[in-house]
Amino acid sequence: MSSTSVLGGVVRRREDPALIQGGGRYTDDVKLAGTAHAAFVRSPFAHANVLSVDTSAAEAMDGVLAVYTAADVEHLGPLVAQVPVGALRPLLNNGTVKHVGEAVAMVVAVDPYVARDAADAVDVDYDALPAVVDLKHSLSDEMLVHGDMESNTLISWTGPFGADADALAAVKAGIDEQKSRDDVVVVSQEMINQRLIPVPIEPRSVLADYQIGYGRFDVYSSTQIPSALAGAIGKYFGMALNQVTVKAMEVGGGFGCKLNVYNDEVLVAFASKQLGCPVKWTETRREAANSTIQGRGWIATATMTGTTDGEILGFELDGIADMGAYSQNFTVAIPFLGVFVGSGQYSFPTHWKMDCVTTHTMTTDAYRGAGRPEAAYYLERILDMYSRKIGMDPAEVRRKNYIPASEFPGAVSPMGFPMDTGDYEANLDAALESAGWSGLLAERDAARAEGRHVGVGIATYVEVCGFGPSGLVDLGFSWAEYQMPSAFNGSSLVRVHPDGSATVSIGTGPSGQGHQTTWAQIVGDGLGMDVDRIRVIHGDTEEAPPSIGTFGSRSAAVDGSACYEATQKVQAKAARIAAHLLEASEDDIEFADGGAHVAGTDSSVGWDEIAKAAYQPHVLPEGMEGGLEAHAIFSPGNATWPFGTHIAMVEVDAATGDVRLLRYIGMDDCGNVISPMIVDGQIHGGIAQGVGQAMFEDAVYDMDGNLLSASLVDYILPTAVDLPSFELGRTVTPTDINPLGVKGIGEAGTIGAAQTVVNAVVDALESLGVTHIDMPLRPQRVWQAIQDAQA
Amino acid sequence: MYPRQFDYVAPSSLDEALAALDANPGAKVLAGGMSLLPMMKMRLLSPEMVVDIGRIGGLGDITDNGDSISIGALVTHAEVAASGLVQDHGAALATAASWTGDRQVRNRGTCCGSMAHADVAADQPVAALALGATMVVASSGGTREIAAADFFVDTLMSALEPGEILTEMRIPKVGAGTGSAYDKLGRRGGHTDYAVAGVAASVTCSNGSVSAATVAVTGVGSRPVLAAGVADALVGSDGSDAAVEAAAAHATDGIDVLEDLYGSVGYKTHLAQLFAARAVKAALAAAG
Ligand SMILES: Cc1cc2nc3c(=O)[nH]c(=O)nc-3n(C[C@H](O)[C@H](O)[C@H](O)COP(=O)(O)OP(=O)(O)OC[C@H]3O[C@@H](n4cnc5c(N)ncnc54)[C@H](O)[C@@H]3O)c2cc1C
Repeated sequence: MSSTSVLGGVVRRREDPALIQGGGRYTDDVKLAGTAHAAFVRSPFAHANVLSVDTSAAEAMDGVLAVYTAADVEHLGPLVAQVPVGALRPLLNNGTVKHVGEAVAMVVAVDPYVARDAADAVDVDYDALPAVVDLKHSLSDEMLVHGDMESNTLISWTGPFGADADALAAVKAGIDEQKSRDDVVVVSQEMINQRLIPVPIEPRSVLADYQIGYGRFDVYSSTQIPSALAGAIGKYFGMALNQVTVKAMEVGGGFGCKLNVYNDEVLVAFASKQLGCPVKWTETRREAANSTIQGRGWIATATMTGTTDGEILGFELDGIADMGAYSQNFTVAIPFLGVFVGSGQYSFPTHWKMDCVTTHTMTTDAYRGAGRPEAAYYLERILDMYSRKIGMDPAEVRRKNYIPASEFPGAVSPMGFPMDTGDYEANLDAALESAGWSGLLAERDAARAEGRHVGVGIATYVEVCGFGPSGLVDLGFSWAEYQMPSAFNGSSLVRVHPDGSATVSIGTGPSGQGHQTTWAQIVGDGLGMDVDRIRVIHGDTEEAPPSIGTFGSRSAAVDGSACYEATQKVQAKAARIAAHLLEASEDDIEFADGGAHVAGTDSSVGWDEIAKAAYQPHVLPEGMEGGLEAHAIFSPGNATWPFGTHIAMVEVDAATGDVRLLRYIGMDDCGNVISPMIVDGQIHGGIAQGVGQAMFEDAVYDMDGNLLSASLVDYILPTAVDLPSFELGRTVTPTDINPLGVKGIGEAGTIGAAQTVVNAVVDALESLGVTHIDMPLRPQRVWQAIQDAQA
Repeated sequence: MYPRQFDYVAPSSLDEALAALDANPGAKVLAGGMSLLPMMKMRLLSPEMVVDIGRIGGLGDITDNGDSISIGALVTHAEVAASGLVQDHGAALATAASWTGDRQVRNRGTCCGSMAHADVAADQPVAALALGATMVVASSGGTREIAAADFFVDTLMSALEPGEILTEMRIPKVGAGTGSAYDKLGRRGGHTDYAVAGVAASVTCSNGSVSAATVAVTGVGSRPVLAAGVADALVGSDGSDAAVEAAAAHATDGIDVLEDLYGSVGYKTHLAQLFAARAVKAALAAAG
C-alpha cells in the first residue's frame, strides 16, 4: 500500500450528511408517475384450509385495479430458495395455509389506503386446523406440518463436519469415556435461544416498474441482495439479466432479513407487468413481524465434561432448531453455520447435533450472526456453568482450553474447519486488562457485601464470516436460483474519469455499514488519490459488476479486497502513463498527494493529467490501449475468523427481577481496521442487538401459532436509555487470506453479547441459588428464577 | 399503517368542537394523538371523524385556583412533570408524567388524553386516583364533574359519554402533613414504558399517625383502580415500615389480577404489594 495510507485513520462517514438531514433516499421515497399500490390479504390462522376466496366486493371498489389469487400466479411456481430443503413457499396460497401472515391474495389499487380497504373486503373462508408450534412436538412427528411430507425434521446437522456416523459415534464415545473419571465433572443444561424478529427501522419496500414496449424492468427494493433479486425476477419472467435492473437505494437496516428474495417482490413485479404501471408495496410493522423472516429459535441441551482443574475433555450439543413453515433463502443452512463455530476457539473434542424442524410459524433465516450467536451462546453458557461448578475463574478456564496462537497459521478446529489466524490469549488478556478484571471482581464483591446483587460475566467467541472459497458452491451453496454462479466472490470496477476523479462500482448492498466511506478509503489508498475525488456506487445492478450483496460480514473482506485489487490494476497502468509523461522509469513512480511522483525528485504529474492522457491514445506509450479502468474479482481462499472477549457488569433488583446493565466492555479482533469509527459502530449495534436478545426481545407464539409480540408495543427493542456507554478496545491479528488483512465485523458484537449478559446475571444471583435463566431476562423471568431457586 | 378514511376538523373554539362531536356520533377527540393515531393506523379504531382540539385556546395551561390546580386538556406530560405546582401538590402525578413513554411521547401526549384513554397499564390515571382528582367535562348541554374514582370504568373505557370533552383535570392543593408518591416497574425494566405494575399513594399524617390515605394500582387488573384495603389498613397506623408492609399486602384485594406478556398473576400481585409499600413509604417521607 502507498505511504499515504488513509486506512485505519478516523474518517467521518460520508453517508451521514444525507441521512441526518433527512435527505436519504429510501425505496418508499421513490415516486414514479402512475404508481399503483399493493396490499396483501393474509391468513389469520397458523394452519387452515382455505375453502373459498371471494374477491368480488374488493374488485367492485372504486380505485381497485386488480385482485390476484393463487390461480393467477401458480404458473410462476413457488418462491425460489437457495437451500431448497423442506417445503417451498407458494407465491399466494389458496390451498392449506401454514402460518399466520401467509399471503392469500394481493390487491392493487390507486393508493395504499384503497388497497388496504379492498384487501379487508376480500372474503376468505377458512377451516382452521390444529397447529404445530412447539419444537419437541414437531420433532415427535405426531402431527405433520406439511401433510405431504414424511417428517417434520428437514435435516440434521452434525459435527465434527464431514464425520460419518461411525466417526461421530467415536467422538461421542471418547467424551463419554471420560465422564466416569473421579476427577471429572459433567455439567448439563437445556437452554432456549428464543426466536427474534429482525426489526430494521426501515421496513421492507419494493417498487417494480415494468416498461411496456421496452420489455424491461426497473425494480427498487430495500434489499441486501440486489443482484439476486434481479436474477430471480429475470428467471420468473423469462428475461435476460440485462433486461432487469434492481436498485437498492438507502437501506435502513437489514440484519439478514433483507437477504431473501420475497414473494411480495415477485408479486409486485408480476402486477406491474400485468397492469403496465409501476406498483409499490411497503410492509407495515405487523407484516414485518409476521411475514418477514425471523431468526434464532433453538432449544438444545449443552453438556460439558472436564476435570476439576479446568481441563475440558468434551462439549456436546444436542438440540432442535425451528425452521418455520417454509424454506426460503438459507433457512436450514443457518444452523449449519453453527457447526463452523461449534467448538469455538477451543481445542476440546466436540460432538454436535441439531435437528431442523418445520413448524406452523413464519420462516426463520439469517438474522445478524445467523447460527453463530446460538452456537456461541450454548458453548459459553455451559462453559460458565462448568467454571462455577469447579470454582475456577471463568477467564482462566477459557485460557486453559484455547487453541494456542502457536498453531496458527494452519490451525484446524475440532469441528474440522481450517481457521485463518488467531491469538485468543492475547485478546483475552487485553480484555481483562481493559476491564480491570480483578478490580471489577473486587467492586462486585464490595457491592455484594452491602447486600446488592451485582454480577460480572465474561464470554469469548470466535466467529466465521466473509465466506469463500468459490468452491463452496460444490457443497450445494450455489446461488443458481438467482442466476449467480457463485456467492463467494467479490467484484469491483474502478474507473478514473477524464478529469482525474474516480468511481468505484461494486455489487454490495449495504444497509448502514458505511460502504460509501469504506470503499472510498480503500480506493483512495489503493490508487493514491484523495478520498474526496472518489465516488462510490453500490446497490445498483445496472452500474455494478455482478456480486452477491451484503451479508455474513462479507463485504470488506471479499468485495473490499476486489476493490483493492482493481485499484492495483488501475494504478499499474497509471504508473506507466506517468512514467511516459515524466520521461522516467516506471519503477521510480510513487503515488501521493493527488498524483504520481518520480522518487527522489520534484517531478510529478497529477491524476488529472494522467487521466487526460489516458483518454488521448495518441499521447500514450506505443501500443497502450486508451482508458483507465479495471475490474477485479476476488475469490477468497477461506472465510475469515474474527474473535473477541466481552465482559459485562450488571445489577439485579432481587425484589422485582429488574436487571440493569452497568458496564459493558468489548475487546474485538477483526484483523486490520479500515475505518475505526465504522468498526466501532458495527460493534455498538451488534452488542445492542445481543443485549436485546439477552434482556428484551422475544417473538412469542401461542400454541395456536399466533405471534403475540407482533407490534413494537410488545416486541421490546433495546434503546439508548437501556444501555450504558460501551467500552471498546481491539487487538489486531490480520488475516492472511486477503490483501487487506481484514476480517468481518458486522456480526461479531451480536455473537459475543447475549451470553456475556446472561453469565453476568447468573453471577449476580449465585448467592440465591440461580444457575440458569432462559432469555430474555425480563424482570418476571428473573424474579421467577429467584423464587424457584429459593423454593 | 393505513387508517380507514375519516374526516378531520380542527375547530378553534370549544363550542365548535362540541357541535362537531354532536353532529358526528362516530367522532373521536384528538389531543396529542399518541394513543389515538396508532389505534387508527392498526385499524383497531376507525372513527368517521377526528375532532382535533389542539387549536382551541385556553386549554393549554396549568393554573392555580387557590384551593386546587387545573391541568388543561392540552397540557403535555412533559409540562406536568416539570410543573412546580404539580410537584408541590401532586408529586405522584409529576413523577408518573415523567415516567410516561419516551421524550417524544411526553412532549406531545397530554395528561387529560391519558385519562380519557384509560389504558390498563397507564401511569397517570393512578396518580389522579390517589390525589383525588376531579375531571371537568364539557358537552353542548353544559359542564359536569366526575370524581377520578368514578372515571375509570373498564379497559380503555372512561366515564366520558359521546359528545363530551375533558377540558381540565383538577387536583386539590395540599398542606403540610400530606405527601404523595408513585413507583412502578416499566415493561422494559426500571421506570421505562407502560407499568407492569405501578402504585400511587397519597397520605396525610397528624400527631404521629396516618390520618388519611388513598392508594391506587395500575397494570394489574382491567383498569386503574383504588386499593381501598391498603388505605384502610394504613389509616390510624403509626406509618412504621411494619405497618406499611402489612397494609401493602392488601394491594390487590378485590382486584381481579390479569396475566399478560409481562407478568403472571403471582408476579403482578407481588409487584403491586412491593410498590404499594415503596410508594407509601415515599409518600410518608414526603408528608414529613
Ligand atoms: C411509544 C409510546 C409509549 C408510551 N408509553 C406510555 C407509558 O409508559 N405510560 C403511559 O401511561 N402511557 C404511555 N403511552 C400512552 C400515552 O402516553 C397516552 O396514552 C397518550 O399520550 C394519551 O394522550 P394523547 O394526548 O396523546 O391522546 P390521544 O392519543 O389524542 O387520545 C387518546 C384517547 O383519548 C381521547 N381523548 C384525548 N383527549 C381527550 C379529551 N380532552 N377529552 C375527551 N377525550 C379525549 C381520544 O379521543 C382517544 O380516544 C405511550 C404511548 C406511546 C406512543
